[in-house]
This record gives sequence, C-alpha cells and structure tokens, in this order.
Amino acid sequence: MARRENPEINAGSMADIAFLLLIFFLVTTTMDVDSGISMKLPEKPPANYDPPKIKERNIFEISINRNNDLFVDGDVMELKDLKEAAKKFIDNGGGVGNPMPGEEKGKECDYCSGDRNPDSSDHPNKAIISIESDRASDYEVYVNIQNELRTAYTELRNELALKKFKRSFNEIEEAYKKSGNKDENLEAQVKLIKNSYPQIITDLDPTDTE
Amino acid sequence: MAKFGKKKKGTPAISTASLPDIVFMLLFFFMVTTVMRETDLQITSPQLPSATEVKKLEQKSLVTTIYVGQAKEVDKYGNKYNSIQLNDKIATPDDIPAFILNARLDVPEENHPRMTTSIKADKQMSVGTLTDIRQRLRDVNALKLSLSTHKGSTISE
Repeated sequence: MARRENPEINAGSMADIAFLLLIFFLVTTTMDVDSGISMKLPEKPPANYDPPKIKERNIFEISINRNNDLFVDGDVMELKDLKEAAKKFIDNGGGVGNPMPGEEKGKECDYCSGDRNPDSSDHPNKAIISIESDRASDYEVYVNIQNELRTAYTELRNELALKKFKRSFNEIEEAYKKSGNKDENLEAQVKLIKNSYPQIITDLDPTDTE
Repeated sequence: MAKFGKKKKGTPAISTASLPDIVFMLLFFFMVTTVMRETDLQITSPQLPSATEVKKLEQKSLVTTIYVGQAKEVDKYGNKYNSIQLNDKIATPDDIPAFILNARLDVPEENHPRMTTSIKADKQMSVGTLTDIRQRLRDVNALKLSLSTHKGSTISE
C-alpha cells in the first residue's frame, strides 16, 4: 500500500511573495483622476456663412497680447480683476434678452442684480465673452483666463440658485448626478439655472494676416 | 518565588498565519486600482497649469489624449514647448484628424458625440499651438475638449 501521508505545504513564504507583488503595484499605481477645464467647440461654419450681427455692448472683449498682457474692451486689466468685471458685465441686465426656450418673446432680466447700465449687456443670455489671443501668448495665461470666466459664471449661478432654491447650484448639480440623472425636479432646476446664465465664451478664430 | 519564575517564561509567539491574508487584501486593492500608462512620453512630462473650475473626465474609453510639451530629442524638434505627441510619436497638427478618426474606430457609433479630447499641455506652450489643434479638431467634428489641469488656485499675489 502506498503511503497516504499528505505533508502540509509550507506557507511561510507566501507572505514574501505577496509582499513582492504588493510593492510592485504600490509603486506603479497612480491615483490621480484626469480632470480639466471642459470646453465645447463651435461647429465648423459653412463656407459662405454670414455671422449674425451682434451689438457691441453685448460683447465682452478680452484679448491677450504676446507679452501676456490682458486687455478688456481695449483697456489693460489685471487678472485678479477679471472675474468681477465679467460678473458685472453678465449680470448687467440693461435690456431685453433672447426668448427663453418655450417662450415667444424675450423678457427683461428679472433676476439680474446688476446696475442696468444701457451701455453694457442686455441680458445674460445675450452676453457674449470673446477671447482673442496672440499666437505667442502663454497657455498658462489662457487657462487662467478661462478659469476666471468659469468662476464668474459659477458664482452667478450659485447666487441665483441660493435665491431660488435655497441651495447652491453645485449642490443641486451634485444631487442630480447622485440620483442617476433621473430626478425630474432637480433636472428642471439645473436647466432653469443653466438657461438663466448660459455660458457663452467664444475663442476668436485666428486672423489670417500673418 | 517559584511562582514568579513560572509566569514569566511562556511568552507566546504572535501568530503570523493571517499575515498573508492581510497582504493579499492590500495586494488586490492595488491591483484593481492600478492604471498603467499606455504611452511612452516622447516629450518631457508636461507641467500642467492649475485651475479651480475643473471637471473630472469620466469614461476613460471615450477619452483621447494629446500631449504637448518640449520634445526629449531637442536637436531634432527644437527646444520650444510646442511639440505635439499623438500615440507614441511626435507629430504635426495635420496628423490630428487622422488620429481622431483612428480613435473613433474603437468606439461604437452612438458614442461618438460623447468622445472627449483631453489636451495635456505644458503651461509654457504658446496659444497658437492650441489654436491649431482646435482648428483641426473642429474639422473632424471632435467638439468636446478638455484642457487638462491640476486643481489649485491660479491667481498668484
């Protein structure tokens, strides 16, 4: 008869092997999630496209020159003042806006808290921010400007959401996401705020003068 | 007296039998969370700018990445921070449409509008390069764009 003896396998080195693998994965792991400023590019216009005429008071013109100086409507401005200036421009509400979705006629901005200056923007949904940048200007400056403008919009949206729904816009958006984009009540709130302050930031096409 | 001696003797060895279990648990955690870098960088690792209004990129499979920065082979491509890397080669902006179309092949048709292009560019890149990239992306209707940044405050006092 064969010997029916099962000697126990020595598991003492198991820990060493596991440690080795563990250290390998520890070293190769990168935990950072990719994040960034999201933008949506405009669609390519058809060849003989005639851009709509926009009143100058509805355009907030930002330009960056090759020395990374910032100009707003022709005047020099520091980056730290840009946000306030943009907020003031967007929230001015000096006239009648474009009709909201589902409505026939445009209305005056009844939620704006700006000073209704007739020489500034008519309505948040008419206010356009345009960025013109020199080819030689730094990417960092460009990103900073984009960031400041987005902050301006976020703050305006938050203020309006606090007034209307007693919650900041970020919270509402978060809650909506958590509901799996299904909660209709929250969806309506998000839509309303977004339509009240639509983010209209355009980059001017490079001029072909080089 | 004898009593004391008796007690001191038996220090039991700590059992290490469950050590492998603990280590394996950690191991599995790191195995699952690890993301390996798929492409070798031909440019020096770009120093991303920082911003506060950032959005996370979800669904990795719908993201195509374009790197911009200083090429490692300085004599060949110059020391400017404007070298574009697609896949694992340094390329010109004119190669971008083909690159995007190629990336679309791996994604089902209905997800094409949700595809995002992430630009990982060094902060010293010139905006002209970004403009070139943007024009090419617009040509192939790749309209969703993300400028990759670190999270942090931008305004230095």
